[in-house]
Amino acid sequence: MAVNDNAMFKILEKKMLNPTICKMVVEAPRIAKSALPGQFLIVRADEPGERIPLTISDYDRAAGTVTIVIQPIGASTRSMVDAFQAGDSFADVAGPLGNPSEFVRMSPEELKAQRVVFIAGGLGTAPVYPQAKWLHEHGVSVDVIIGARTKDLLIYEDEFKSVCDNLYMCTDDGSYGFKGVGTARLEALVAEGKTYTQAVAIGPMIMMKFSVLTCKKLGIPIWVSMNTLMVDGTGMCGACRLSVGGVTKFACVDGPEFDGYLVDFDEAMRRSAQYKAEEGLANGK
Amino acid sequence: MANRIPRVPVREQDPKVRAHNFEEVCFGYNEEEARLEASRCLHCKNPRCVSACPVAIKIPDFIERIVAGDFAGAAAKIAEDSSLPAVCGRVCPQETQCEGSCVLGVKFEPVAIGKLERFVADWTFAQTSATGCPSSTVSLRETPPSQVAGPLPLSMPRVAAVSEGQPVGGSSPKRKVAIIGSGPAGLACAYDLAKMGYDVTIFEALHKAGGVLEYGIPEFRLPKDKILKREIQDVIAAGVKIETDVIIGRTVTIDSLMDQEGFEAVFVGTGAGLPKFMGIPGENLNGVFSANEFLTRNNLMKAFRDDYRTPIHAGKKVCVVGGGNVAMDAARTALRLGADTTIVYRRTEVELPARKEEVHHAKEEGIDFQMLTNPVEIMGDERGWVRALKCVRMELGEPDESGRRSPVVIPGSEFEIPTETVIMALGTSPNPLISRTTPGLEVTRRGGLVADECGATTRPGVFAGGDAVTGAATVILAMGAGRKAAAAIDAYLKSK
Ligand SMILES: Cc1cc2nc3c(=O)[nH]c(=O)nc-3n(C[C@H](O)[C@H](O)[C@H](O)COP(=O)(O)OP(=O)(O)OC[C@H]3O[C@@H](n4cnc5c(N)ncnc54)[C@H](O)[C@@H]3O)c2cc1C
Ligand SMILES: Cc1cc2nc3c(=O)[nH]c(=O)nc-3n(C[C@H](O)[C@H](O)[C@H](O)COP(=O)(O)OP(=O)(O)OC[C@H]3O[C@@H](n4cnc5c(N)ncnc54)[C@H](O)[C@@H]3O)c2cc1C
Ligand code: FES
Repeated sequence: MAVNDNAMFKILEKKMLNPTICKMVVEAPRIAKSALPGQFLIVRADEPGERIPLTISDYDRAAGTVTIVIQPIGASTRSMVDAFQAGDSFADVAGPLGNPSEFVRMSPEELKAQRVVFIAGGLGTAPVYPQAKWLHEHGVSVDVIIGARTKDLLIYEDEFKSVCDNLYMCTDDGSYGFKGVGTARLEALVAEGKTYTQAVAIGPMIMMKFSVLTCKKLGIPIWVSMNTLMVDGTGMCGACRLSVGGVTKFACVDGPEFDGYLVDFDEAMRRSAQYKAEEGLANGK
Repeated sequence: MANRIPRVPVREQDPKVRAHNFEEVCFGYNEEEARLEASRCLHCKNPRCVSACPVAIKIPDFIERIVAGDFAGAAAKIAEDSSLPAVCGRVCPQETQCEGSCVLGVKFEPVAIGKLERFVADWTFAQTSATGCPSSTVSLRETPPSQVAGPLPLSMPRVAAVSEGQPVGGSSPKRKVAIIGSGPAGLACAYDLAKMGYDVTIFEALHKAGGVLEYGIPEFRLPKDKILKREIQDVIAAGVKIETDVIIGRTVTIDSLMDQEGFEAVFVGTGAGLPKFMGIPGENLNGVFSANEFLTRNNLMKAFRDDYRTPIHAGKKVCVVGGGNVAMDAARTALRLGADTTIVYRRTEVELPARKEEVHHAKEEGIDFQMLTNPVEIMGDERGWVRALKCVRMELGEPDESGRRSPVVIPGSEFEIPTETVIMALGTSPNPLISRTTPGLEVTRRGGLVADECGATTRPGVFAGGDAVTGAATVILAMGAGRKAAAAIDAYLKSK
């Protein structure tokens, strides 16, 4: 594995959050200075590596660092988690890309009127963190629902405790917290009398699709963060295109967050699998 | 008589062989061939080739030196007007510029000016890599590379500066200029400013420098390690710093560069990188790509190589829509990846905007050309993958006011071309990221930055040139605009 030592994107800290998901704190002073919640990075691990999009899961302007959380699902993510240790450097880290979360653009009055619920699925938990933290710091009421298949896969519980009003943990198998999926928990909360002005779902596309269906039923507006395929992340290739309200958008520059009611999830999920056959080869490479 | 000698043919890879590899198609002239070809020049009193060259290279003068065997002298002559001869000799549309105006071309074939320019540049490279330093006959420093020390690193170093051989720029302290974008416009502007003695930093959004030369034009037309990297190494050797992975408008803004980082002037050479789609049904099916995506995966990310991890999808059959250089490059790349490839273009072959040589090469390699054909829909299978491209046949209608005959649909001519992949090569437009994040920077209706002849924009201290101003054009025009802006930035800073 060729690791570029002179690069400035040094991994300062690496920690496994559970058996598969890995958190890394990376030196990237220019990016740390301008990053906002909702934005992402393009990371290329080494010279033969792909450019892959990863959410900025936290940033520290003073320390000049950004935090990423990686779930290995294919060749690139696996090599990042397996072959890179604290002290190594990534070849390239570019960003912050995409638009900051809609909340960042709201006036203080608009913000004050918000009662927000986040629905985080699996890995989507990490990207929710900077948004919840930002809202909490701005005095907005925030509830967070974190869901995973089983207890071992839940991440970030402690981190979230200090940045939200209520934290609801759910597992599909009931091994921890509420037994059932996040959307079921949301329905239960609303049935108990909770009201929300805005929901945000981040996680696998299928989970966001069902979150939208639930929110439609409950009459809650919802934003989703679209993790499409990407190459450049700057609007130059169109690999990330998706249909929103019947119009083609580029997730990297028009998003990544979109009005969930308008997103064509079936198309987006189909497009995500576009390189499945070739990625199979890359895994063998 | 000079004009009796037929144009010296240039040696090329056999089309059957090259259709399966990414090696450069054209081998170029050797010394003997170059001198013979150069001897065909008539040395016209009023050389029309020079006025047809966008940067007015003194063509008969450099050709004269080739005849005399003074190749270093020829290089110095070209360098007076061009800083990227190895690139331009390979990719300029010579047939509509210098060679298109060559008097010999009226009755015979024009002098192969492009191939001669390339010969001079390649000869210079060969000299410097043989000796490790510039030959003493190379008149110091216009273009030939000053030094290439040892094997070059695999990728451009993130921040690279060579302190040796720093050009002398007068006694003034070094003032800082920022260049945004490392395409031909940015490289040329940076190079000239560095030679004038400025402290120049190029900021590039991608992880490699070169712009379209790196991510768009394929290896088989413009070898990256052999040619492009060395041109860039030259710019670095002149003292220019290159910072990759910096997206101006996101990572930092022009305002922060000027207000916080001490840059006194900025040149915007961000190109025209946004792809266009047709807006026909089926464009979001799996297997439909922009030429930019397809070429970026292949060139910048080197998907064609087994040792790189980025995937690319061509399949057995590919249709490319469009008729420019981008379409030819996408089609010939798909062919090399093993696909049977068809180019679909709505006008006739005469109107194909691509370089003539590329069309010729594409045909030799076995690419099928469907002219007067326009897609109306992309058909998918039940899994959402492309199955066929539905097209209509066109005919040329009555001339419009401009005298151009535009294509009109032949009623009832619909037909399907079965295909696995569709690549859209319909042109590109400037990225709005910079104009949206820089107050005071005006754009035209078509998205180009508003700039005068010298590149001055509507914002004091900010200059622009190349595709970012004109929309998609050519390498030589971008380079020329970069050099003009360098002169204007120098004048602006001196008067400040
Ligand atoms: C804006 C954005 C933010 C993201 N943030 C994070 C993050 O914080 N942490 C993280 O681990 N991942 C994140 N992702 C997803 C991550 O980029 C992909 O997991 C990664 O590119 C996969 O690369 P790979 O080579 O490891 O796997 P591949 O071999 O490319 O993929 C393995 C399999 O997953 C499928 N696949 C690939 N990408 C996606 C996708 N985006 N959605 C669904 N299926 C896919 C492939 O078709 C293939 O079948 C984000 C994506 C986007 C667009
Ligand atoms: C496939 C293809 C084939 C072509 N073939 C030919 C040919 O044969 N002959 C010919 O003469 N011309 C050809 N052209 C056109 C030619 O390449 C362009 O006209 C020329 O490259 C324009 O140069 P430029 O410097 O203005 O911009 P570009 O070469 O586009 O470079 C712009 C650079 O700026 C960077 N950038 C953009 N935005 C930002 C930002 N916000 N911050 C930092 N960096 C940024 C981009 O990443 C890019 O590297 C071709 C173009 C393509 C796409
Ligand atoms: S990732 Fe290339 S345009 Fe969005």
